[in-house]
Amino acid sequence: MNTSLGLIGKKVGNTQVFTDDGEIRRVTVVEAGPCTVVGKRTVAKHGYSAIQLGFGVKKTTTRPVAGQFSHVEAGVPEVVREFRLPAEKVDGYEVGQQLKASEIFEEGGFVDVCATSKGRGFTGVMKRHNFAGYKATHGAHEYQRHGGSIGMNMTPGRVFKGKKMAGQHGNKRVTVMSLKVVKVMDEEGIVMVKGSVPGPRGGVVTIRQAAKKAKKANA
Amino acid sequence: MHTVPQIKAIEDAQLRKVPAFRVGDTVVVHFRIREGNNERVQKFQGVVIRRKGAGLRETFTVRKISFRIGVERIFPVHSPRIERIEVTARGHVRRAKLYYLRDLQGKKARLRASTRHGAEAALRALSEDNSGGQSKRRKKRGKKRKASAKNAE
Repeated sequence: MNTSLGLIGKKVGNTQVFTDDGEIRRVTVVEAGPCTVVGKRTVAKHGYSAIQLGFGVKKTTTRPVAGQFSHVEAGVPEVVREFRLPAEKVDGYEVGQQLKASEIFEEGGFVDVCATSKGRGFTGVMKRHNFAGYKATHGAHEYQRHGGSIGMNMTPGRVFKGKKMAGQHGNKRVTVMSLKVVKVMDEEGIVMVKGSVPGPRGGVVTIRQAAKKAKKANA
Repeated sequence: MHTVPQIKAIEDAQLRKVPAFRVGDTVVVHFRIREGNNERVQKFQGVVIRRKGAGLRETFTVRKISFRIGVERIFPVHSPRIERIEVTARGHVRRAKLYYLRDLQGKKARLRASTRHGAEAALRALSEDNSGGQSKRRKKRGKKRKASAKNAE
């Protein structure tokens, strides 16, 4: 599990930047934070330790929700996410504290980005699992985009679990791991990561220090 | 061009001032290349046969004949590795993409000098921009060209 701190942000879109060497980097621009600490989870009270971050401000809200966030000066956040952290780290943060991208991410570092991927609806196996389909000629009839056989006969007499078939594709939480941070723009709160990030432009993403890279650094 | 304001700002910040060259122009691209730890400038001279894309993503292709072999190189227009782009001639072309040059050789692969209104003046302005004044040789050549044009009339 990723237990490093991150931020909630918005995917702005893709572009390219020139590095100092003059090389082109394809990047995704993420507007990360600023986020407010809106709550803490402790082992004693909740059974696990985490901090709750809020991003954005809701324009309208219901009174019960407003009551929940009455202790937050900035107003009711648009998005609230929890970030699991070790207990000793959670103690280091105060409710109401603001977190900025430049405090957490640095250029050249690595991050994991998590978001809901674009929904593609009920999709066939060719699009969903990259199946090859079937031949178009030599008498093939009404079978071009099918997946072929889904199993054996009497033994085992059933279809294996996890068999790749047609179904809902996308609109699912996806994490892209170990993306390199190309640039952090302090004022705008913008983080540029190399490569692509799931979801549509304007979609909510969480961006945090890379779990795998952190493990390697500690080992 | 990008329509998202934040991205447009990021891209615009990286745009560089580039001389206004077109397809059909002969250019010398001064390109910084790295060899180990050394950096040096390599010149690549040829005809621009394509400009593609827009904004930060725009690229252009320069074609030249090197030892009888056609060589094409694609440069990003706004690459910081390009030290400068020198326009040495303006060609008269009727296409946006000069792919037909690939099938031609020798004399057939030449382009007529552009007689577009202001083309020469623009070229002169550009070369002054680039090299800080005309070289003597170029001046002489310019004079000769003018003289021959008069004779033709």
